[in-house]
Amino acid sequence: MAELQFREAIREAIDEEMAREEKVFIMGEEVAEYNGAYKVTEGLLDKYGYKRVIDTPISELGFSGIGVGAAMNGLRPIVEFMTFNFAVLAADQIINHASKAGYMTGGQITMPIVFRGANASAGQLGATHSVAFDSMYAHFPGLKVIYTSEPDDAKGLLKSAIRDDNPVLFMESEQMYGMKGEVSEEEDYIIPIGKGKVKREGSDVTVVAHGKMYHVAKQAAAQLEKDGVDVEIIDPRTVKPLDLPLIVESIKKTNRCVVVDEAHPFAGFAAEIGFLIQREAFDYLDAPVQRVTLPDVNAPFAKNLLDAWLPSPKNVIDAVNQVTYRN
Amino acid sequence: MAKKKKDDINFAPRGRGTEKDGAVQKGVDLPKPTKKKHKSLGLTEDNLKAMYEQMYLQRRFEERAMQQYQKGKFGGFLHLYIGQEAVSTGTVFALNDDDDIITAYRDHGWGLCRGITANEGMAELFGKKTGCSKGKGGSMHFAKTENHFWGGYGIVGGHIPIGGGLAFANKYNQNGRISATFFGDGAVDQGALHETFNIANLWGLPAIFAVENNGYSMGTAARRHTVTEIVDRAKAYGMKSKVVNGMDVFSVYEAMKEVSEEVRENSEPYFLEIRTYRYRGHSMSDPQKYRTKEELDEYQKIDPIERLKTYLKDNKIMKDEEIQEIEDKVEQEVLDAVEFADNSDFPDESELYDDMFAEEEPYFHN
Ligand SMILES: Cc1ncc(C[n+]2csc(CCOP(=O)(O)OP(=O)(O)O)c2C)c(N)n1
Ligand SMILES: [Mg+2]
Repeated sequence: MAELQFREAIREAIDEEMAREEKVFIMGEEVAEYNGAYKVTEGLLDKYGYKRVIDTPISELGFSGIGVGAAMNGLRPIVEFMTFNFAVLAADQIINHASKAGYMTGGQITMPIVFRGANASAGQLGATHSVAFDSMYAHFPGLKVIYTSEPDDAKGLLKSAIRDDNPVLFMESEQMYGMKGEVSEEEDYIIPIGKGKVKREGSDVTVVAHGKMYHVAKQAAAQLEKDGVDVEIIDPRTVKPLDLPLIVESIKKTNRCVVVDEAHPFAGFAAEIGFLIQREAFDYLDAPVQRVTLPDVNAPFAKNLLDAWLPSPKNVIDAVNQVTYRN
Repeated sequence: MAKKKKDDINFAPRGRGTEKDGAVQKGVDLPKPTKKKHKSLGLTEDNLKAMYEQMYLQRRFEERAMQQYQKGKFGGFLHLYIGQEAVSTGTVFALNDDDDIITAYRDHGWGLCRGITANEGMAELFGKKTGCSKGKGGSMHFAKTENHFWGGYGIVGGHIPIGGGLAFANKYNQNGRISATFFGDGAVDQGALHETFNIANLWGLPAIFAVENNGYSMGTAARRHTVTEIVDRAKAYGMKSKVVNGMDVFSVYEAMKEVSEEVRENSEPYFLEIRTYRYRGHSMSDPQKYRTKEELDEYQKIDPIERLKTYLKDNKIMKDEEIQEIEDKVEQEVLDAVEFADNSDFPDESELYDDMFAEEEPYFHN
């Protein structure tokens, strides 16, 4: 195991895949000469040159579409968005084109492309810079969506994403790029897309949390342990395809579940998981599934409002208390 | 033709590597400033004093804001307008007070110019309820709609069509107002600009679109992110256009006066490339390795505030002591603003849900 920052784990994955396959290239705003807005791509320009590490203008729709066309025509692009908030401008290419071209041409087109970048809130950045988009993209057929919580997962899953022959959205967090974690040193370390992980074993309640929310759940679990509540945390890692069997298996043991999600509540990840659990594990539940999400309101700037807006360990503890009837 | 070597393939902008060694790279080439004196521009001595006070206020407000940021008084982004003050000031003095202005996230100067007080501005930076946007927007979203300042927006290029929409409504209502939309050089590469330019000319929208070309889009020099001169974007859409020296408040004023009259008279759009320079980093965490200290010095030597000060003195409009008086007054205003912001309350937690919908008691999904 090596201790790496999140950004280093992502960089290793990109670097290894670029070294392995000539057709892989990366493009995005400030990825080359500036070494990445968050230094994820640091050093890659020096190593691979202007052909494969490409600075783009601020033209999200244009360069994403160029990525889609290049993927159709045999290359394997990694398209970096400075954040997924700006990928909204490229949604036409991702949703109307990347996810559908193969299907509507009767399978004549393959689309090996990765769209990656920072997702969700990152401090006091206001309403337009704080949105979590993983659930939204997961809504659309033809897309795979990954939002990892730890450097190890990021490395293994990003390598899989780059090798995948479908459009994959790989989401990161501005606030986690500097976070350190143990990363496998196994050669060619791959984690299959669609496999979740039990990140903390416990017997009293299952908490499902991914991305940045995993860390919120972890803090809550540490607190709850002191109160004698034994939390099992499942990190699905991949939002879609979803590792439902792993979640169901855990609920069969704990009989209670809380889903933590950094998106808004309506038709989000938490809503979907709640539905699936009642369908697949209804007889095992001792309490209705609860969810902790953002409220149905835009991100405020003021620090105190932002703190109230974000899901907190306290919110998770309250939800756990509710499903365990401890309040 | 010789076949290109495989190694030569690159997707960097053309012209890279042609820079002359040792020469100071310039982010923007400034056109000559106007030769006209204030009287022939129609500006009174009082106008000039007010202009000086306004530019100095913008400068000191941001310098103090930066200090407060570094002290940890607030978080998020802080994009400073320092160096570009002649653009906002020249424009606001030239336009009618009810003409509609909209800009990007580098918006403090624009807000102050359009009547956001130092108190309201500083409090907004601090995320306090007394801020111009009640602490909901922060640095990027200053706004004062009652003064026809429609705010700062954070999605690059996103507000360009909106500026067209402000003009559409003005034409629809035949109210004699025009709109002026400001954005950075980075925004000229967005499809939103191109679609809007076409529609604006097609429909004869009374709108000024103005790029504040400050040489850089984050770490990318303008010549590395866009082809041709930016001003030439207008040609493709049959729009009138002009390059303006944005380091000289008289030049901005003159251009805006002329152009706004034409736009108002003929109900047609106009594109201005206003060349200027940003002295500070993009936001607060920018090591600025993409430019040299020498380059920055070149522009600081022609600082727009110093330039106006020199004019005031050389033309015996103000003496040193009078200028000092204005500066002291502004300094106090800004210090008071910091205190005001510091002492103001954060919004009440119940206000989280305010301002979402038009209804008194809207539906929220839980
Ligand atoms: C659609 C979109 N893409 C990317 C960003 C990130 N971003 C913020 S400012 C900026 C640079 C813009 O530069 P420019 O338009 O020249 O304005 P300046 O900062 O110089 O005022 C970038 C890339 C964004 N906010 N919105
Ligand atoms: Mg710029």
